[in-house]
Amino acid sequence: MTKSVIFKKMDELVARSAFELRADVRVALEKAARASTDARAKNTFKLILENAAIARKDRLAICQDTGLPVVFVEVGKNAKVDAALISAIEDGIAAAYKKHSLRASTVDPLKRGSSFYSGGITHVEFDESVRGIRVSILPKGFGSENKSMLKMFNPTASISDIEDFVVEAVKKAGPESCPPFVIGIGIGGTSDHALLLAKKAFLSDISKTNADKQLATIEKSLFKKLNALNIGPMGYGGGTSVLAVKALKSPTHIAGLPVGVNISCHALRSASVVL
Amino acid sequence: MKELVMPIGDESRKALTVGDEVLFTGTVYTARDQAHKRLCAMIRAGKPLPIDLKKSVIYYCGPTATPYGAAIGSCGPTTSARMDEFTPLLLEKGLRMMIGKGRRSGAVVDAIKKHKAVYCAAPAGCGALLAKKVVRARLVAFPDLGPEAIWQLDVSDFPMVVAADSRGKTIY
Repeated sequence: MTKSVIFKKMDELVARSAFELRADVRVALEKAARASTDARAKNTFKLILENAAIARKDRLAICQDTGLPVVFVEVGKNAKVDAALISAIEDGIAAAYKKHSLRASTVDPLKRGSSFYSGGITHVEFDESVRGIRVSILPKGFGSENKSMLKMFNPTASISDIEDFVVEAVKKAGPESCPPFVIGIGIGGTSDHALLLAKKAFLSDISKTNADKQLATIEKSLFKKLNALNIGPMGYGGGTSVLAVKALKSPTHIAGLPVGVNISCHALRSASVVL
Repeated sequence: MKELVMPIGDESRKALTVGDEVLFTGTVYTARDQAHKRLCAMIRAGKPLPIDLKKSVIYYCGPTATPYGAAIGSCGPTTSARMDEFTPLLLEKGLRMMIGKGRRSGAVVDAIKKHKAVYCAAPAGCGALLAKKVVRARLVAFPDLGPEAIWQLDVSDFPMVVAADSRGKTIY
């Protein structure tokens, strides 16, 4: 595949993620809007949905925090990947951010200084069930990313201990992280892997029930507990606090039980394309 | 829905109560982390500031790049709490209204009460909608900071909710 073809695909991918709210997220927001009885909460949902419509129509970013692009490259059977392809994906994303007047939000962590456009953080994975090479972009805003949490539980911890930890994390996120949230949870693996799973959980359709029965039960239980916090849209109370809870798991060590929590704002943005 | 039009005198601030939904028309300066750090360093060093803080409004916002033909790009609020350590000094120097999102520290709420200022929350994650409320945008300071530069924005019917009023009552 030539560099220009990859650039074109990344251009479409970036534009879709920045300007078009995901259909499953929009449906969840519409449902939350209908369910809210509080006048201010109702008006807040109206503004959120109006914003999504303006963004799509006028090609304006849904949120000015167009994030640090988190990129998942899933490589399937017989697909060819090398460093040049990954570079082309990253460069294509940075170029698309610039072209579409998104925000240059990347900066040296210590020097800070002038910010620049970047291809973000790329994760390359191999998956035999994928046809070709699937590239997914998750522009991650930092109002919510700043509230990420990790806890290394004892292996004897209960599911209720895990749920308590998630509830604490969401309480801490509070009004700053742009509720109503989607909550990503990663259970197992290593410390870094649990947090990666928590983030990857955002790529799944939030309207669908988890295929893993135990995870589905945890998601359902947490959905109830988190909405009982009454954080509400923008943290004003009086309506839905959490649109969905999505969990992923991975085998871990006999001595541990890492749990990662990642928060997404109501503007959960992502898009995928197959190269 | 209340209407709030510049200039925002003591009386109009006093008339705002926590939880009020407000449509604001007036002029604001955007400033976020690095601009706050610089402004406070300049104040401490006794240097003149690039903006007049007297009765001013600061909007915690770093917009996207400006698309061709638009007044401004997507421009929603950022997390106010990161500016907490700088806010009391700016209030002392004349700042009277802040627009952002989320909770403030006890010290900031005390300073808001002391100076009879007000803190409002704008709808977060609604940068495209808020861009439509900006009539004019002018770069006024720190252009090297890119999206973190200080812009002067003229806004019209900008939707907000009073999050901390001049009596120190907060919505969160």
